[in-house]
Amino acid sequence: MKKTVLFGALTVAGLAAGMASAATLDDVKARGSLNCGVTTGLVGFASPDANGVWDGFDVGVCRAVAAAIFGDPTAVEFVPTTGKTRFTALASGEIDMLARNTTWTFSRDIDLKFEFTGVNYYDGQGFLVPKDLGVSSAKDLDGATVCIQTGTTTELNLADFFRSNNISYDPVPIETNAEGQQQYLAGACDVYTTDASGLASTRAAFENPGDHVLLPEIISKEPLGPLVRHGDNDWGDVVRWTLNALITAEELGVTSANVADLAAAPTDNPEVNRLLGTEGELGAMLGLEADWAKNAIAAGGNYGELFEKNIGENTPIGLARGLNAQWTEGGLIYSPPFR
Amino acid sequence: MTSITDPPQGSFRLSMLINDTRYRSYTFQFIALVVLIGFMAYLGMNLVSNLAAAGLNISFDFLGDPAGYDINQRPIEYDSQSSHLRASVVGIINTLIIAVLACITATIFGVVAGVLRLSNNWVVSKLMAIYVEIFRNVPVLIWIIIIFSIMTVSMPSPRAFRGDDPSSSMLFDTFAFTNRGVYTPKPIFDSGGWIVVAVFILSIIGIFAYRRYATKKLYATGQLLPTFWPSVAMFFVPAILVYYILGRPITLEYPELSGFNFQGGIQLRGSLIALWFALAIYTGAFIAENVRAGIQAISKGQTEAAASLGLRPGRIMNLVILPQALRVIIPPLISQYLNITKNSSLAIAVGYMDVTATLGGITLNQTGRAIEAVLLLMLFYLTISLLISAVMNVYNNSVKLKER
Ligand SMILES: N[C@@H](CCC(=O)N[C@@H](CS)C(=O)NCC(=O)O)C(=O)O
Repeated sequence: MKKTVLFGALTVAGLAAGMASAATLDDVKARGSLNCGVTTGLVGFASPDANGVWDGFDVGVCRAVAAAIFGDPTAVEFVPTTGKTRFTALASGEIDMLARNTTWTFSRDIDLKFEFTGVNYYDGQGFLVPKDLGVSSAKDLDGATVCIQTGTTTELNLADFFRSNNISYDPVPIETNAEGQQQYLAGACDVYTTDASGLASTRAAFENPGDHVLLPEIISKEPLGPLVRHGDNDWGDVVRWTLNALITAEELGVTSANVADLAAAPTDNPEVNRLLGTEGELGAMLGLEADWAKNAIAAGGNYGELFEKNIGENTPIGLARGLNAQWTEGGLIYSPPFR
Repeated sequence: MTSITDPPQGSFRLSMLINDTRYRSYTFQFIALVVLIGFMAYLGMNLVSNLAAAGLNISFDFLGDPAGYDINQRPIEYDSQSSHLRASVVGIINTLIIAVLACITATIFGVVAGVLRLSNNWVVSKLMAIYVEIFRNVPVLIWIIIIFSIMTVSMPSPRAFRGDDPSSSMLFDTFAFTNRGVYTPKPIFDSGGWIVVAVFILSIIGIFAYRRYATKKLYATGQLLPTFWPSVAMFFVPAILVYYILGRPITLEYPELSGFNFQGGIQLRGSLIALWFALAIYTGAFIAENVRAGIQAISKGQTEAAASLGLRPGRIMNLVILPQALRVIIPPLISQYLNITKNSSLAIAVGYMDVTATLGGITLNQTGRAIEAVLLLMLFYLTISLLISAVMNVYNNSVKLKER
């Protein structure tokens, strides 16, 4: 009896030892589902609906990766993470990838040993204040009480901003967006600050969104994107090129509506053919099926469709494409070519 | 005649390690120890090789780097350019603040509730029973969050104090209760201020000395000196006299609404109050049970014997029961104090910046130094717990039954 326990413990420890080096793609395939880290709930980016089904812009990336691997966008286990727990979850192997409004920074890339596989939203940090506070610029916030999520770039930017403008503030650290919203609405803090997209999404959930304004200052660059552990390049490639496939699909006019037709037989456009696997061997090079990109696009639509459906101007969140338009439309969204 | 022979000596054979009951237990203990050491070494090497595979190493250099984040409750000088080490120290002090406040308050709650639960008054004893059962049986994290949420939602924000006809106003123009915390006046000491404090402390010492003298005199000569009024006089008169003679060197700074918040005075943050109160009231319920058990452990004959000597009930409790009950109460009380200190690490739930929130939270997250940060945290809690145990054990030895 005692022996079995001991050997059991040894096997667990042995597995843990094996994990760091093993190929994530093989693990995911063997498991039959993808473990994807998302927020604890940020409407439009990642939140469970009334039936517990996760939906949102970041969730769309997870589903596209699952579809590319398994042909099944529902083969995902969503793991809610806070700003604080997300990196431990990824580093320990609890999740295979993280898609959680996470800013690509030098230290996260180099020091924390992660690999960012692209940018799915170019953002910056903003300030949300009640209209009746009568503040029109972030520089007027001297002495204000500010709610911030801990473990984020937000709290570092905030410290820098107030320091360099020689004004003071009183930070109220919170762990999740829901908590921040509660504190802010109760007036326990004057200002709520986080990524501007997150503020728009939070405000959309308010009873009277019109009573709150975003201040004009955007105090930082926040390129948000999916990330994986450093050191497994093959797996990083799968996530990177799935995102690129969604972006290229928008550029080439491949949508969830027409992708089945376009993939049925080779078209006149060789890049579409290579993308959808009717020409060349791109899927096999990634270790996936030939129709991987077709499945990823069919899962939730191309990049533009995901944007419009979850956070675009016709949703309550109402974000304009802005910097996140295709490069051909004057934005920064640009995928390397499929060839 | 020599029918009794000595047992054979010195002929130790290896097989005795298994067969001889005198040695067998040593053999097994030794095997267990070797296995345990081997297992630990295996885990340790596993950790090292995993870290190496992930390209990480164990290093504490990050403690010297600028922290980059701000902390709201700063008992010592700190800003975002200070080092992670300093941020950890701020966290440690904040942990100690909450631990000390909560231990004192929990003891008061516990002793009062424990004694009252044994009261002959049915209503009082049942009320105390309800307090104990409710607070003991709901997790402390829930209490922390409940108290914090009630404070944030039910108290006015500083905005409500503004304008010509504000919807909230300060109590006696002195205290402000807001959902960001409670603001109280702060004493400001001018140059002579400390003299007044010193005189005050001296007069308190004086009171004790006088009372001891009075007792001695009573025992020695049977003469009863008045103690109450002289004590009151000694408490107030010298300090007040010095205060006016020196030209009122202590003034009060009142909190005042300016800008977004109240400025000046002392701010007790909502997070501090919620954590303090929740820990105190929760642990107080456990202490109440310890106190009750301690008192009930003293046989009823003691009370009856004391009563037959003519002692009044209050005196019986103070002079006969409690001194004996303390021997039963102190040991479990130590572990309650340890619980408070360790439970204070739930602080981050309400954004109180204790050491788990600074070193184990933001620093860990921003530097990715999880193993180092957690090791340091373990070291801190271990040290502080052992210190508390040591101090309380000294106290326990001083009250325990002196065997003669
Ligand atoms: N981009 C920043 C901030 C990320 C962040 O925490 N965003 C918030 C608001 S936009 C969020 O996603 N909250 C969801 C949650 O609480 O789970 C970072 O990577 O550090």
